[in-house]
Amino acid sequence: MADSTSPPGTADTSDPGPQRVVLDAEDISRALTRMAHQILETNRGAQGLVLAGIPRRGVPLAERLATAIEAAEGVRIPVGALDITMYRDDLRSHPTRPVGHTRMPAGVDDAVVVLVDDVLMSGRSVRAALDALGDLGRPRAVRLAVLVDRGHRQLPIRADHVGKNLPTSADERVLVRLEETDGSTEVVITKPAPESGSSPQEASL
Amino acid sequence: MRHLLSSADLEPDDVTAILDLAEEMADVQHRSIKKLPALRGRTVVNLFFEDSTRTRSSFEIAGKWLSADVINISAKGSSVSKGESLRDTVLTVAAMGVDALVIRHMTSGAPQQVTGWIDAHVVNAGDGTHEHPTQALLDAFTLRRHFGGDTGSFANRRIAIVGDITHSRVARSNVLLLKKLGALPVLVAPPTLMPSGVDSWDCEVSADLDAVLGGVDAVMMLRVQRERMSGGYFPTPREYTIGYGLTRDRLTALKPGTAICHPGPMNRGLEISADAADAANSLVLDQVTAGVAVRMSVLYQLLGGEDES
Amino acid sequence: MTELLITGVRLVPGPGDAAGALASGTQDILIADGRYADPSQASADATRIDADGLLALPGLIDLHTHLREPGREDAETVESGTLAAARGGFAAVMAMANTDPVTDTAEAAEHIRALGRKHGSAQVYPIGAVSKGLAGQELAELGLMARSGVTMFSDDGHCVSDSRLMRRALEYVRAFGGVIAQHAQDPRLAGSDACCHEGEVSGRLGLPGWPSAAEATVIARDAELTKLTRSRLHVCHVSTAESVDVLRWAKKRAIDITAEVTPHHLLLTTALLEGYDPTFKVNPPLRPDEDVAAVREALADGTIDVVATDHAPHARHDKEHAFGDAAPGMVGLETALGVVIETMINTGALDWDGLVDRTSFGPGRIARLQDGLGLPPVLGAAANLTVIDPQRRTVVDRDSSASLSRNNPWHGLELPDPVMATVAGGEVTYSRL
Repeated sequence: MADSTSPPGTADTSDPGPQRVVLDAEDISRALTRMAHQILETNRGAQGLVLAGIPRRGVPLAERLATAIEAAEGVRIPVGALDITMYRDDLRSHPTRPVGHTRMPAGVDDAVVVLVDDVLMSGRSVRAALDALGDLGRPRAVRLAVLVDRGHRQLPIRADHVGKNLPTSADERVLVRLEETDGSTEVVITKPAPESGSSPQEASL
Repeated sequence: MRHLLSSADLEPDDVTAILDLAEEMADVQHRSIKKLPALRGRTVVNLFFEDSTRTRSSFEIAGKWLSADVINISAKGSSVSKGESLRDTVLTVAAMGVDALVIRHMTSGAPQQVTGWIDAHVVNAGDGTHEHPTQALLDAFTLRRHFGGDTGSFANRRIAIVGDITHSRVARSNVLLLKKLGALPVLVAPPTLMPSGVDSWDCEVSADLDAVLGGVDAVMMLRVQRERMSGGYFPTPREYTIGYGLTRDRLTALKPGTAICHPGPMNRGLEISADAADAANSLVLDQVTAGVAVRMSVLYQLLGGEDES
Repeated sequence: MTELLITGVRLVPGPGDAAGALASGTQDILIADGRYADPSQASADATRIDADGLLALPGLIDLHTHLREPGREDAETVESGTLAAARGGFAAVMAMANTDPVTDTAEAAEHIRALGRKHGSAQVYPIGAVSKGLAGQELAELGLMARSGVTMFSDDGHCVSDSRLMRRALEYVRAFGGVIAQHAQDPRLAGSDACCHEGEVSGRLGLPGWPSAAEATVIARDAELTKLTRSRLHVCHVSTAESVDVLRWAKKRAIDITAEVTPHHLLLTTALLEGYDPTFKVNPPLRPDEDVAAVREALADGTIDVVATDHAPHARHDKEHAFGDAAPGMVGLETALGVVIETMINTGALDWDGLVDRTSFGPGRIARLQDGLGLPPVLGAAANLTVIDPQRRTVVDRDSSASLSRNNPWHGLELPDPVMATVAGGEVTYSRL
């Protein structure tokens, strides 16, 4: 899961330190609209598309993308939630994590599933999502859409659709906030004080 | 959560977390690939000192669907008669490198004793006439769905538990759990099958099933064990059925929608009539289905995270 | 001639005015060749023990000890058990008959006595079985055992539940003044699986209940049989308020009935079973607070005559079963006096004379022991003496026990640790002075 994402079910309560807004609500809206068009373009229409948001913030992002696709194409495509908790490769290094909700629309088989997440960093959450998806069915193709790609990849994974590339240093944090989950919509970069470097927010997955 | 020994160990939030996760797990039951990788590399041993095909199978499937390696060890018969102490038996199993021990024992308290001897997580799969907490959890899961979905739906629900309360680990675990969820258990049994000190359990107690039946939201019928029939606890099976069985006639006394539960295996015609067991509002098979999901949830809660030092 | 001079000790000679008894109060006590002698005659090379500020009590007697030898020498032997007795201040112990083989013949009894003479750090008196093999069917050879010196008979561990057998036993021992010590437990009301006082705790923990009525009803029946047979009955390990009531009723009717209470029933309660630790499994089981209060009161007023340990050592593996399967019993010789001081002296329920009566004179009377046991110190008599520091306390450590077994329910508890020296049959069997 991207580094901006708290473990599912936990509120982002840590002191973010000094922060810099890199995308505001308008920017995000424009980025999503562009991504929606790219998705349609790549797929040559809405045919067979399924959006699968990775909880927590990937799910509302997927909903927004679906709305943008509907505005462009006049078709409402199915949106699901794909929880990856039990597929993570770092389960053993944390206390038992609460498991999120998985609800995938019927017919993953032969669909084109677009995984949607807020931040792409190490690529490990995408790896987990691919495994989770594989247990649900056999899509014709899987694509990846992320709002922010901040680099620092640890696995050979690349996003198909990116809202914004944000070069960052490893000790910075990228926080995505969405109205649906956080009460406001923006992307900020914070550089926490050194002693707070071990905050759970720093998980690199 | 380190161990699951008693319903008394669970706070309402724990119960909600277990049941919520069990709902997720229940979905896995309907997938074509019934597998989650969460417990890959974990070893779960079902150490059963007493036969119970259904509970053992339920734990076995639960562990396997979570990708744990599950081994069944039947240690039937008292360890005393075999000359090996319980501690030695358990240490031997634990020495193989076990992450969780699921223990069924004919003697009350055995799982609790085991926690003092080994580091592995311990799940009580039924100990003597003490407790059977996963049964209570699966009953709560089943009833929660029946009542409308959330844990709050238990508030002030009256739930009759009928039969051999004295010897029932299911009854003890259910009373503790239901009370934590805000429900009002009503214990119904002839005085010979009511545990000593039941007055201090802080729940309604009755020897008159008919007086209770019309005012409850669910009835849990307990199995009458064969040995009780010859133990002088009641005169004859016939008299028991007439006094405490959920007969066809008694079905008409239930409020519409009253849930009917039984932990199984059922003695049809004794504590429960075929009409009741197969009634539209009978949840007996739902209970069995819920068993796997609830046990998956419990195993994940115990084994899904880092090892505690 | 060996001489031991205990100086500056305060003697508690016990109640009554025995002829020739040493007076109470601070004094020097001389033991010459095992017998009390005039301290002014002590020779210059007498071994001296400075007992300034300490108390000397007539040597304690335990009516109820399981020494496990022969048969279970891995749990206890006569040697280890009597060493524990000496450390607990006991000059003599009565060895229960449930060994393997059972002490149900004169030869078996003589064997126990010989083991005691050879290895004992306390005087060992065998108790004979009431029935052959403790089976509760036929009388053991009570008369032959009596001829060899056995004075007390018991099937302890089992109740003599058959009314007719009990009647015969009581009748038969009248001929030689024996006493039947009954383990009162109706096996139909409290069977072999019963392991927890029947009440709130047993119901909640799901442990088979052991109701008070299973003890009290047997005592009531036996009281009637004792009256019928004009014989003598002793009741082992009385544990409940109901039993105390029956004893009061029987004693009021001048039935010759005596009773004992164990240290653990004076202090420990059913609540300890919450963790299912078999260390606390004992038969009869630990009872609730109200029963503990009742047996203390009964011991204070004499309804219960004596304290007896029911010291029941078990090998570790026999306790490492599930609670219901584990062997019942707990060790108690070394801690007994400490518990009695804590529960009876420190609460003001008994004075020191009373304690001497309950721990020495009473047991001596019931078992009709000779050899200067259970009597006040008299010049010329064999010395049996327990020297104590009643203020001394310690946290019990099961691993420091002389017993071979570790089923010690007192482990980790702070208790009086009074015994400083023990003299049994004129020999110093234990001393830390």
